[in-house]
Amino acid sequence: MDAIIILQAGVATGTVLLFATIGELFAERSGVLNLGVEGMMLIGAMTAFSITIATGNPWIGVCMAMLAAGLLSQIHAFITITLLADQVVSGLALTFVGTGISLVLGEGLSKAGTVALLPSFSIPVLAQIPLLGAIFFTKQSILVYIGYLLTPLAWYYINRTRGGLHLRAVGEYPAAADALGLNVFRTRYFYVFVGGMLAGLAGATISLAVAPGWFSELTTGGQGWIAVGLVIFAQWDPLRAAGGSYIFGALRRLILDIQGPTILLGFKNPFYYNPYWGFFLQMLPYAFTVLVLVIGSREAIRKRLGAPAALGEPYIRGERGL
Amino acid sequence: MAETPMAVKRRRFLNYQIRIEPRLTEPPAWYPLVVSLGAILMALVLGGILITQAGGDALRSYAHIAKASFGNLGVLSDTLVKATPILLAALACSIAFRMKLWNIGAEGQFIMGAFGASAIVLAPVLSAETPRWFFLTVMGLAGLAAGAIWGFIPGFLKAKFNVNEIISTLMMNYIAVAWMNFWIFGVWSEGGFQMSPKFPTSAWLPRLLEYSKSIPTFRGLTTHAGLLIGIVAAVILWLIVYRSRWGYEIRLIGDNPQAAKYAGVNITRNIVYVMMLSGALAGLGGMSEVAGVVHRLQTAPIATGYGFTGIIVAWLAKLNPIIIILVSVLFGALILAGREIQPSGVPKMIQGIILVSLIASDFLLRYRIHIVRVEAES
Repeated sequence: MDAIIILQAGVATGTVLLFATIGELFAERSGVLNLGVEGMMLIGAMTAFSITIATGNPWIGVCMAMLAAGLLSQIHAFITITLLADQVVSGLALTFVGTGISLVLGEGLSKAGTVALLPSFSIPVLAQIPLLGAIFFTKQSILVYIGYLLTPLAWYYINRTRGGLHLRAVGEYPAAADALGLNVFRTRYFYVFVGGMLAGLAGATISLAVAPGWFSELTTGGQGWIAVGLVIFAQWDPLRAAGGSYIFGALRRLILDIQGPTILLGFKNPFYYNPYWGFFLQMLPYAFTVLVLVIGSREAIRKRLGAPAALGEPYIRGERGL
Repeated sequence: MAETPMAVKRRRFLNYQIRIEPRLTEPPAWYPLVVSLGAILMALVLGGILITQAGGDALRSYAHIAKASFGNLGVLSDTLVKATPILLAALACSIAFRMKLWNIGAEGQFIMGAFGASAIVLAPVLSAETPRWFFLTVMGLAGLAAGAIWGFIPGFLKAKFNVNEIISTLMMNYIAVAWMNFWIFGVWSEGGFQMSPKFPTSAWLPRLLEYSKSIPTFRGLTTHAGLLIGIVAAVILWLIVYRSRWGYEIRLIGDNPQAAKYAGVNITRNIVYVMMLSGALAGLGGMSEVAGVVHRLQTAPIATGYGFTGIIVAWLAKLNPIIIILVSVLFGALILAGREIQPSGVPKMIQGIILVSLIASDFLLRYRIHIVRVEAES
């Protein structure tokens, strides 16, 4: 077991969470909590895989995955923004719908065999950096590199541009944003769509790059929910979201890889295909998510940091807002 | 900005304008029922379109669901068997949702209840010769306790650290599956198979077919006492919610936490208590499923999503425990018949679409839509 190989694979696994987390972060920054990430990711993974099989071109698969998940997210947008329904229940419903549709339309895909995957390559100069080059810039999928670009761009957009300012205004104080002439409804629709597209991209990252194939609900295995948890841990900051995603990615890989070798650090590996310990290892990412939430929530209370003020609240024009 | 006139224009169609106003008075009693039925009809139409898209025959699927679940006494009994775990899981969700406590962990609490009850048989805590009533009582208590513990953890984290209960209960679901698998594969495996040994008959809930000697109609009917437990639980829960002080507090917190706080209701403590009650009900569902149907601990028939279906059922029944009984039977039918429908994801998809259209239809309960004639623009 080579630590560098595990971390390298962990970065790829973490990219899935990264896309989903940043997508959810955009939606929540605009004031809309979307719990449908898991369902949108499944739709994305299924669409990417089946379109790639049909066309032979993974890029068309990725684009269609983003579009499909984006469209699905608009159901949630319509129900919560226009029909003013509870965002929690609607998000749950979206997960059910996304899971159900992807199971129905993905019927038989698991036996479809292999598809053309997205290209993987090393970055010429950066790959020479000792240690970091091997982990981050060697033989990674192109989506991993897109992830590196997305993180600072998302941060810059949210914190330093006019569009980001509007996004934050709508999420913090929609009534004031409305009074200043921003279209609260359109802004929220748009960022829910962005969140959906990124969740679709996360799904495509699984089925076309990280763990190619379609394994019904096990394709995502709860990563959409972990992403929702990571947004809270990240305190709605893309940079923290990226850190959390890569740590979780590495943890997931470690759990898979630790059961392989017979000798671990000179000792007999207690996890070597052991049915007893394997299940406890499986629990770790989920237990870790709960732990991370405890830490994140405590910190938020202490520093008085928190969610966007209008998160979860429908905006009704003319009613006394926040 | 040119936004305001645009917004008005968009709602204008010919000479008519759609106006949306909040409802100031309660709609008549039949109205919510009609809206819900309309929403379900809408969902079936949408689901039918998707089934057709996936290469299935929608009408045939639906006709099959109806025939395979209510066609005769035998399948009706099977429907009730499927409805039983859904009923208890939905009751669990309803009490938590009543307080706007989003317990999505009924699935995990259900699994832990099944595990707790099985541990009594498999550990073994009681021997196979134990009198049946005593055996089942202890198993029921173990299921209640295991579920309550699994509900306590996220409840405590929410009360103490303000940890989002949606995520924590969901994560606990995954942990519960791994925990149950550990015991099934690693400790109680029967000859290396992925299941525990079968329970002795003293640990089986009574089924109707046991009485077929005196009442011949019951021959072959597998409906078990879990259904009775579920109905009793529903009645008790109804009494708690609508006729007790505690129920009033729960409803008050759900409707208006600020008012509850000023009225001196202890919200923190209620979060923990309600999560435990919710977990206990789901755990009881798990116990009823292992002791009434599966008769052994096995992953596939237990971790099959009853907890998630419970969420939809609770919502469809508007959190009313008595209505939950009826809705559970309908969903039992959907799941029972759905097993044979191709493609296999259809029941799950229809459940999701039903939930979406229900939530959307709530809009009609809170707002009224007027179509008014306006003068043509000059």
